[in-house]
Amino acid sequence: MFLTITTTGTDERPATDLGFLLHKHPDKAQRFSTSHGTAHVLYPEATPQRCTAALMLEVDPVALVRRGRGKGRGGAPDSALAQYVNDRPYAASSLLAVALSNVFSSALRGQCKARPELPVRPLPLRIEVPALPARGGAELVERLFAPLGWTVTAEPVVLDEEFPEWGDSRYVRLVLEGELRLADALRHLYVLLPVLDDAKHYWVAPDEVDKLLRSGEGWLEDHPEQRLITSRYLARRWSLTRNALERLELARLAEADDTEVEEIDNAVAETTEESGAEGDGDGTPATGGGVGDGETADAGKPVPLAVQRREAILEALRGTESARVLDLGCGQGQLLAALLKDVRFTEIVGVDVSMRALNETARRLRLDRMSERQSARLKLMQGSLAYTDSRLRGYDAAVLCEVIEHVDPPRLPALEYAVFGAARPRAVVLTTPNVEYNVRWETLPAGKARHPDHRFEWTREEFRGWARQVAERHGYTVEFRPVGPDDPEVGPPTQLALFRLGEGDPGTDGGTSADHSTSTSNSTSTSNSGTETISTTTAKEAAA
Amino acid sequence: MTDTDLTTARRSLAVPDLSLVVLIGTTGSGKSTFARRHFLPTQVVSSDVCRGLVADDENDQSATPDAFDVLHYIAGKRLAAGRLTVVDATNVQPEARRSLIRLAREHDVLPVAIVLDVPEAECVRRNAARPDRAGMPTHVIPRQRRELRRSLKSLEREGFRKVHVLRGPEEVEAAEITTERRYNDLRHLTGPFDIVGDIHGCRSELETLLGRLGYVLRRDERGRPVDASHPEGRTAVFVGDLVDRGPDSPGVLRLVMGMVASGAALCVPGNHENKLGRYLKGRKVQVTHGLAETVEQLEREHTEDPEFGDRVRVFIESLISHYVLDGGALVVCHAGLPEKYHGRTSGRVRSHALYGDTTGETDEFGLPVRYPWAQDYRGRAAVVYGHTPTPVASWLNNTICLDTGCVFGGRMTALRWPERELVDVPAERIWYEPVKPLTNEAPGGSEGRPLDLGDVRGRRVVETRHMGRIAVKEENAAAALEVMSRFAVDPRLLGYLPPTMAPCATSTEEGYLEHPAEAFAAYRADGVREVICEEKHMGSRAVALVCRDEEVARKRFDAPDGVSGMVYTRTGRPFFDDPALTETVLRRVGRAVEGAGLWQELDTDWLLLDAELMPWSLKAAGLLRSQYAAVGAASRAVLPGVLTALEGAAARGVEVSGLLDKHRGRAADAAAFTDAYRRYCWPVDGLEGVRMAPFQILAAQGRSLAALPHDQQLALIDRMVEADAPGDGTPEREQPLLVPTRRLIVDTEDDASRAAGTQWWLDLTAAGGEGMVVKPLQGFVRKGDGRLVQPGVKCRGREYLRIIYGPEYTRPDNLDRLRVRHLGHKRSLALREYALGLEALDRLADGEPLWRVHEAVFAVLALESEPVDPRL
Repeated sequence: MFLTITTTGTDERPATDLGFLLHKHPDKAQRFSTSHGTAHVLYPEATPQRCTAALMLEVDPVALVRRGRGKGRGGAPDSALAQYVNDRPYAASSLLAVALSNVFSSALRGQCKARPELPVRPLPLRIEVPALPARGGAELVERLFAPLGWTVTAEPVVLDEEFPEWGDSRYVRLVLEGELRLADALRHLYVLLPVLDDAKHYWVAPDEVDKLLRSGEGWLEDHPEQRLITSRYLARRWSLTRNALERLELARLAEADDTEVEEIDNAVAETTEESGAEGDGDGTPATGGGVGDGETADAGKPVPLAVQRREAILEALRGTESARVLDLGCGQGQLLAALLKDVRFTEIVGVDVSMRALNETARRLRLDRMSERQSARLKLMQGSLAYTDSRLRGYDAAVLCEVIEHVDPPRLPALEYAVFGAARPRAVVLTTPNVEYNVRWETLPAGKARHPDHRFEWTREEFRGWARQVAERHGYTVEFRPVGPDDPEVGPPTQLALFRLGEGDPGTDGGTSADHSTSTSNSTSTSNSGTETISTTTAKEAAA
Repeated sequence: MTDTDLTTARRSLAVPDLSLVVLIGTTGSGKSTFARRHFLPTQVVSSDVCRGLVADDENDQSATPDAFDVLHYIAGKRLAAGRLTVVDATNVQPEARRSLIRLAREHDVLPVAIVLDVPEAECVRRNAARPDRAGMPTHVIPRQRRELRRSLKSLEREGFRKVHVLRGPEEVEAAEITTERRYNDLRHLTGPFDIVGDIHGCRSELETLLGRLGYVLRRDERGRPVDASHPEGRTAVFVGDLVDRGPDSPGVLRLVMGMVASGAALCVPGNHENKLGRYLKGRKVQVTHGLAETVEQLEREHTEDPEFGDRVRVFIESLISHYVLDGGALVVCHAGLPEKYHGRTSGRVRSHALYGDTTGETDEFGLPVRYPWAQDYRGRAAVVYGHTPTPVASWLNNTICLDTGCVFGGRMTALRWPERELVDVPAERIWYEPVKPLTNEAPGGSEGRPLDLGDVRGRRVVETRHMGRIAVKEENAAAALEVMSRFAVDPRLLGYLPPTMAPCATSTEEGYLEHPAEAFAAYRADGVREVICEEKHMGSRAVALVCRDEEVARKRFDAPDGVSGMVYTRTGRPFFDDPALTETVLRRVGRAVEGAGLWQELDTDWLLLDAELMPWSLKAAGLLRSQYAAVGAASRAVLPGVLTALEGAAARGVEVSGLLDKHRGRAADAAAFTDAYRRYCWPVDGLEGVRMAPFQILAAQGRSLAALPHDQQLALIDRMVEADAPGDGTPEREQPLLVPTRRLIVDTEDDASRAAGTQWWLDLTAAGGEGMVVKPLQGFVRKGDGRLVQPGVKCRGREYLRIIYGPEYTRPDNLDRLRVRHLGHKRSLALREYALGLEALDRLADGEPLWRVHEAVFAVLALESEPVDPRL
């Protein structure tokens, strides 16, 4: 909410020309009403040798909240306490950028009617922003400003001296020094302050984004971080919209627990500026996006692991001659998209516990524009494998692709029963990371899980032990297949188990429960022949 | 069962008190007169009247189809309501009767035919006397008589359970209607009863159970029990499945048949009796599911008593599939019965009573999947049944299953009625290996069935004893489902979630947003005289389930190995990331409970505690760093520069004095804000530095303690705090874990007492305390109008509220705006969550199945995601 602009001069070219450039008289304190509070411009010093202009924005946090009330304003007054206790009154955020453009609008455009020669002249400038929120830290600040001709000093601000263990805050004390035209300096600030600001909780109107991009003319095109700068804007707009519409219930639950909403509402990975530009929207599988893919570490390989995994799952499903398939824990629907492409899957049900993931799936699959014939094959529903669910009964196959490792081990028995005991599909295809392979990821620090939400990662032995017990308890047979390069020492990166309801399924006689006199015959046993049948089927369908 | 009466001229016609009586006779045979004489006008639905209703002309034959639609509709409504109904129409054609029989079956009542077989001449004569029928063609009556004659022989085959034929006007004239009770209607029997669950040939356990119930057995010369009676005249009621699988089905039959014959017992058939009956009648049945054992035992019996098998067959044939007892308050049958079938009589009622509601599917053990009818049951009568083995018998929606799997090594259970006490005896051994384990490992599996999504998903209404029906919206359930599934602890260990609490009404006191005066005034207005002010600890809410040891946790809560309880947050997440630390805390608290002697005093081996865990920074570190400390850091980084700039401008003579003063104030506010959060932060290492302030004992084995007055609560907790001994480490270095909760009792009617309460709060908050919670001393209080009183309101300190409302909230212009707080929704939410919390505790204490407890707990979590101002 505060920055100073200082220039130096001589008696011939007095520093106080800054007053002409800014259209603000150095001997007055002036105030301006802006949409987020009152802005003040004043000069702590004004001599021919040295002149400093200070811009100060008094943000009214109470009004900031109140403005959010009502429909269509993008505000969410009850969504998060962050709205009430926040750094807006202190930090040089996007609000300050907006004030800057209001108060210094002609300076920003490089206009000075009284002294038209002034704006074109580079000046020795020193700009201080004492509390700049900088997502990406001092290092990114340097990367953003240095290419523009600034000498950058960015010192991290300590979070709390009494608690040194908390480390640095997200603010830096920024000093920019250089010989630049004032208009360029202001436009740099106008664009880059919000880029650095990590203000996910605040709404910026779309037209302001357009204005920001206009302000990049002349320097943004050639900026080495141009993509990051623009995509942060796009990502930011997207996440703001999401904020307003979707995350309120979860945000409240996070708040009830004194936790940050990101800790709970993390089923859909945030689109980062880096991947956001390339992977988003068209459903390309390259990013994988979803929780727990670990495939970012796999970028060097020709076929991403996520793609190989989907191929392996599809192959396993085809082998079971399944037509009606459940994708349990469908995430953002990458597998659903692949299933839809194969017409032998006549009924595809995507289940996830996260409403956000389901909405994201619908968006990615463009469900609203899908043909009726296609969309009739697909159903999305919220569900949870912590509970039995009668809607999941009677399917040919269920896929749990990279799901179990997101479940706390004490709650795995519930998942096991919900899938193998209650839903009881004829076949289950289940994949999970092979922790042994982690040593082969060069980018993965030793002992670290592939995804922060992984509650465990198993060795091949651990996985097989568990899977065999599950199979035995519920009358399934199980076989294991590698996914990805099968390393002779540590095995494949992903392990896949294919369960089939066995012929040895018990239940023809006896039981603790009632025996209906019109005895029910056991219809569950099915014969699953091996690969030979698979190839015949495939051949037939290929011929057809 | 039928009462065909074609030959003798009996005058008394028996009609069950709930039946569809179909009068059959040609036009002019006197049906309407007959109906008028013997039934209430409202009991009779006449086709002529219906024709008039739809066509303004009782003889307009073109209106017949519509008239019969109306007739069926009215009759259907009456039968659904359980009222005897008489259809007055010619009904001489089989099609007409077929639709009425279908109607009776749809409503599970017996169809009864009364035929008025009056000579043609007489009918013609009567019609001629009626001007409205003068135009009737002459062939009508002869045709109807032909149809009637053809029908007479087939009426029973058509489905009429009683057929009364009255020949000639004299018999019609002489007839009388006697309404008789249905066989299943024993409402006049009021017991008291002892209802016994599934026996399955476990004769020895049955003897023991009857003994425990106070029955005296009578034995034959060979010492075999053949009858039993209760000295106080109680009646035993058997829910069926006396036979199969177990060691002595004939012995059980001999005893039960003797008791039924002597009037000491009633018995309904189970599916196993039904099948045995079919076998004894010589039908072909599969000798499976334990019937083989019975057949073998009966064959042995046959060699000594050749007639025993016949007596069993007759006994089984005589059994009625369900009984309505005790003025309609009690229904007993084998497999359960929805309310619409109570007292009804049809094949499907019998089938439901014997087999339950099967979905047609089979489960992983090949056993039929049953529809959980009891979950939907809302009936007035208690339904007591058996059939489905469950680990423990427990009430659900006024129904209870008494089959506790004795033959599989479980227990044999009886219910005393009307006392509603359960009496059970353990099986002497496993008599028969179950195919399906009685329990499974999924949560809830050991108590009937695992948690089902249907228990929590979508818009739901939870029935609570203290606040009636509480609705949960779909979007809130959706959010709760995600948190519950992804982050919460095992539901078996999550018997409760704490409700939110409303603040006191907004104060108008200068400089204050919250002040004790408002809390005292509000309780006084609600008629609560004594309130307790409890110090509000500033940390994070924690609920602790503390069991005496792992064995208790395993037995009572089905906990896995190595787990003796749980400490969880207000959204059900594990409080500590490290399970070992959780166990350390639990052991520490357990020792304090032990040291205070509370296990014995409360007669329990587990406790559920509501507590605050400190420091705040322990759990809220992320939030502190990203939000609170960040705000402080930003303010400290920027404000000195602002002040320097303003001072520089002022020195130059620029008029900024107002701004300068204002910003000096802002700097002071920001510093106060930083001080406010710093008080609640300190470093911890393992358990060192962690403080726990229990402030309520929520529940113990068999009872909810939520209504225990707070002074008694805190007295118990004080003893725990005193007994809190550091663990195995060096005693002098280790600090206590448990800390007490300071409190003060205030009389809301007494000025001095209220002033003392206010001063106490001022002192507490001046010393850095968060504030206090004001609660009715009695804990659970209702207003004069019966509505619940807020279980507590919080009064937060002036400085603490900076953390909530921002550093500068105390500036007068900010305070004025912030005083508009809209507390209504928060208060309503607090009460609803409170009622749900109490419900969860009651269900937990009553030992209800997990899904019932979880339903209420889940609803609390869902309501927590309702939109409400988070600053409240």
